[in-house]
Formats: sequence, C-alpha cells, structure tokens
Amino acid sequence: MNAPCPECAADVALAADTMESEIVACPDCGAELEVVSLNPPTLALAPEVEEDWGE
Amino acid sequence: MRIGVLCSRIRAEEKLLFTELERRGLNYEKIDDREQIFDLHQSEYPYNVVLERCIQHSRALYMLKILGDAGVPTVNTYQVALTCGDKFLTTQALVHAGVPTPRCQLAFTPESALAAMEQLGYPVVLKPVVGSWGRMVSKINDRDAAEAILEHRDVLGSYQHSIFYIQEYIHKPGRDIRTFVVGDECIAAIYRTSEHWITNTARGGVATNCPVTPVLADLSLRAAQAVGGGVVAIDLLETRDGRLLVNEVNYTMEFRNSIDTTGVDIPARIVDYVLQVGHGG
Repeated sequence: MNAPCPECAADVALAADTMESEIVACPDCGAELEVVSLNPPTLALAPEVEEDWGE
Repeated sequence: MRIGVLCSRIRAEEKLLFTELERRGLNYEKIDDREQIFDLHQSEYPYNVVLERCIQHSRALYMLKILGDAGVPTVNTYQVALTCGDKFLTTQALVHAGVPTPRCQLAFTPESALAAMEQLGYPVVLKPVVGSWGRMVSKINDRDAAEAILEHRDVLGSYQHSIFYIQEYIHKPGRDIRTFVVGDECIAAIYRTSEHWITNTARGGVATNCPVTPVLADLSLRAAQAVGGGVVAIDLLETRDGRLLVNEVNYTMEFRNSIDTTGVDIPARIVDYVLQVGHGG
C-alpha cells in the first residue's frame, strides 16, 4: 500500500496494518502525515501540535 | 457489550488498544472527535462503556461530560480528566488527600509570581497549568531568568499563561519514575532517564523497568485515588533525602515504551478494566 506525500510527492509505503487517523512520517522530507483514507490510501499533512494536546 | 473509543489521532497506544479489542472479538466503535456533532439535549447514547483516548484535552473533557451526564460509564471519568488535565487541580487534589508532592505556589501577576519564586528559592519550575509532554515547562535558575520568562508569558501568552504555577525544583537523580495504575492495582513502573532535567519519553527520556515496591504501589494508588481513580499514569520524583513525591497524574496515558520494558501487557489490562466498568464493576 502506497500513497503520495502531499508535501514532497514522494511515494510513501504504508504498512499492512495501517489505520485511518494514524500518523506516519514521510521518509523523504520528514513531514508528519495523517492517513486520512485507506481506500484509496491518502495522506494529508498532520495538524500541528496544539497547546492542550498530550496525555 | 458495545464499547466506544473516543479518539482522533491514532497513536501507537490507540493502535495497541484496537488490536487488543479486535483480538478478543469485542464490539467497539471509534468515535472520532473531529466528526462529532453533539445534540446537548440528547440523553441516551448507544454504548455500555466509553474509553477516552483523545489527544486533545478540551475535547476529551467536554465529551466525557456529555457522556457521563447521559449515564454512560467512561474510562476515565469527566472528574478525573478535569483534575488531571489541570496541574493546579491535580496539586489541590494531591495536597488535600495528603499525598506528598513538591511545594507549589500559584500567582496571577508577574510581580506576585516573582515574589513566589523568591519565596520558594531558585531554581524553580514554571509550568503551564494545561499542557503535556514537558512543553513550555521552564526551569528558572535566577531572578534574571525569572523576569525574562514572566514578561514573555505575560505579553505573548493567552490568559492561561498568566496563571503562574510555580513548583520547587527537585534535584532528582537523572531520572523520574512513572507508574501505571489500572483500577485498584499499580500494574507496572518505569524509570525515565535523561541527561536533561526534563525526563519525559516524548522528549527523549529512556525507559527502563522499575520494580513496583510496596511503597511505590501504595503511593501510586493513593495518588490515583486522590484524582478519582481509573486508568492513570503517575509521575514521581525521588528526592536526595530518599522521599518520593508525586509530580503529575496523566489520564490518557501513553505506554508504548513500557510494555516490552516492564513485561506487562498494559493494553490488555486497560481493556480488562474497561470491560469491568462496562459491566458495572
């Protein structure tokens, strides 16, 4: 399963157990990407960390 | 049993929890907070229990309130999220439950915050009351640094940044301790070691197993009870004179680095607890 990086257009390989809403890093440009769809595999730039994010 | 899981970004922890739910063949539904519209007049929701795993505190808080008010059992409860999501409320809960915690002062103006820091004695630690992963946590070594940081916080920040939560700096031995409490048991603990004074694993702290001694377990359970119980991670500091102090309590705990480290199947223990709550336990 592969999808293009929206930042640098690299072909990003996704593991077979990838889930929607998971975050992956583009191996070429390092951008944090969110898996917004699995069918078809689609990546979007992940939102920036906000102040109240955490555990 | 119908299980809801509140989430948005799927971290390693959520993935491990989903895998565990699926392994057991449990009926669960991901509730992505970004897609929800809540009718505040709605009084019933189709879940026996909801596990909260949001990355965003504000959304977690509101959704837990809505579900809790509708009678849906949640892990954790709104009250626990409210208390743990605000360092001031956490400290209040710990202090009033008699749980040892670092000395702490609260002030609302840069002038009074400076006076509070001088009273505590440098170094001190200034923290935003809401936030995680060690972000914007400042160790202030002297008055010059204090004045600079207080001015920046006052001018650049939102009102929240003008609530000055100031903690004594604990000279810890290059590490802190994180314990994991599920229900009435302290299931595991790790040391988080770093050359930096901030030891969060999100900031590069390295996790190693920490034996769960009776003292550590007892203190962790007392801290968990103080904030309302459930599934929580307790951060503890070791002082030079051998005391343990509870620093913070986390209510949507991250544990990806702690399963192999401790040998404890943390997601399985969380799912056990969710089922117990769902069954009214």
